[in-house]
Amino acid sequence: MPQIEVNGKTYETDEEGYLVNLADWNMDVANYIAKTENLNMTEQHWEVIDFLRKYYDEFQIAPAVRVLTKAIGKKLGPEKGNSQYLYELFPYGPGKQACKVAGLPKPTGCI
Amino acid sequence: MLHIINKSPLSGNSLGSCLNVATGGEILLIEDAVYAATSGNAFEKKIREAMGRFKIYALLPDIEARGLADRVIEGVSAVGYDGFVDLVVANRNCQSWL
Amino acid sequence: MSEESIKKFMFVNRKAPYGTIYALEALEVVLITAAFDQEVSLAFLDDGIYQLKKGQQTKGIETKNFSPTYRALEGYDIEKLYVEKESLEARGLSEEDLLVDVTVLSRAEMGNLMEEQDVLLSF
Repeated sequence: MPQIEVNGKTYETDEEGYLVNLADWNMDVANYIAKTENLNMTEQHWEVIDFLRKYYDEFQIAPAVRVLTKAIGKKLGPEKGNSQYLYELFPYGPGKQACKVAGLPKPTGCI
Repeated sequence: MLHIINKSPLSGNSLGSCLNVATGGEILLIEDAVYAATSGNAFEKKIREAMGRFKIYALLPDIEARGLADRVIEGVSAVGYDGFVDLVVANRNCQSWL
Repeated sequence: MSEESIKKFMFVNRKAPYGTIYALEALEVVLITAAFDQEVSLAFLDDGIYQLKKGQQTKGIETKNFSPTYRALEGYDIEKLYVEKESLEARGLSEEDLLVDVTVLSRAEMGNLMEEQDVLLSF
């Protein structure tokens, strides 16, 4: 099983770099994964990460991109609930990339 | 509509549920469900009652495999794999009562 | 997407949640199907009703509790959840015991609804 090392601690990931254990997640790990994804984390990025973690906590799945976009629009306003905004933050896909930073599994229904 | 059952009626409720819920159509008994199509089994009465609403088929290779070829209830049509395919093709939709 | 290409898909759930993998597998297929803009509904009968029971706590069996995910279905535009009345009553349950809003149907209504479907996926 692949591992990453952050601040002297090792964490298990899958082949694609998603954390295996949800409970392993913390800000240091998130920043580390963000760096490997070439993301410059801003307040707007963290807002989405926070949203995803809350979504997962409530529903026990990572949302499909379409569902995430709609839900963000509802919670944070229409100027953020659109794919352009989310893809600007996470160019390789808000589902895949943001979930990885948020320490969630790859979204179900991500095809 | 085609209903496919593959469990013995004496150990599960798949056939029972099908008869309760389905409004009519065709029933195909395969695998362990073919026990339902044999005379003398505890479910025979229900199968006979169901014949008014459903046309009932049973898969012959499964009946033969279980040594019951001489006990198929009158009115149940034994079909081969080709008959299985024909039933699926002839019906608009299909539910497997797993 | 044109009208003709939209089909009625019904997922028929008849198994209790943790004894077999059927319930979880069905839920995963449902979530994937949601991406295809089809008319999707879920039917719960027999022990399938138990999938929707409130208050599931799976820590003790070290299995993921996937019951909260049924609440996510609305966000996936899957809002048609049907429960068979007789199955519900046979288990001593009522609508208030379920963790999502459902439409309760009699056996006959459920049978008719199944007839109407283009595709039935059985679990």
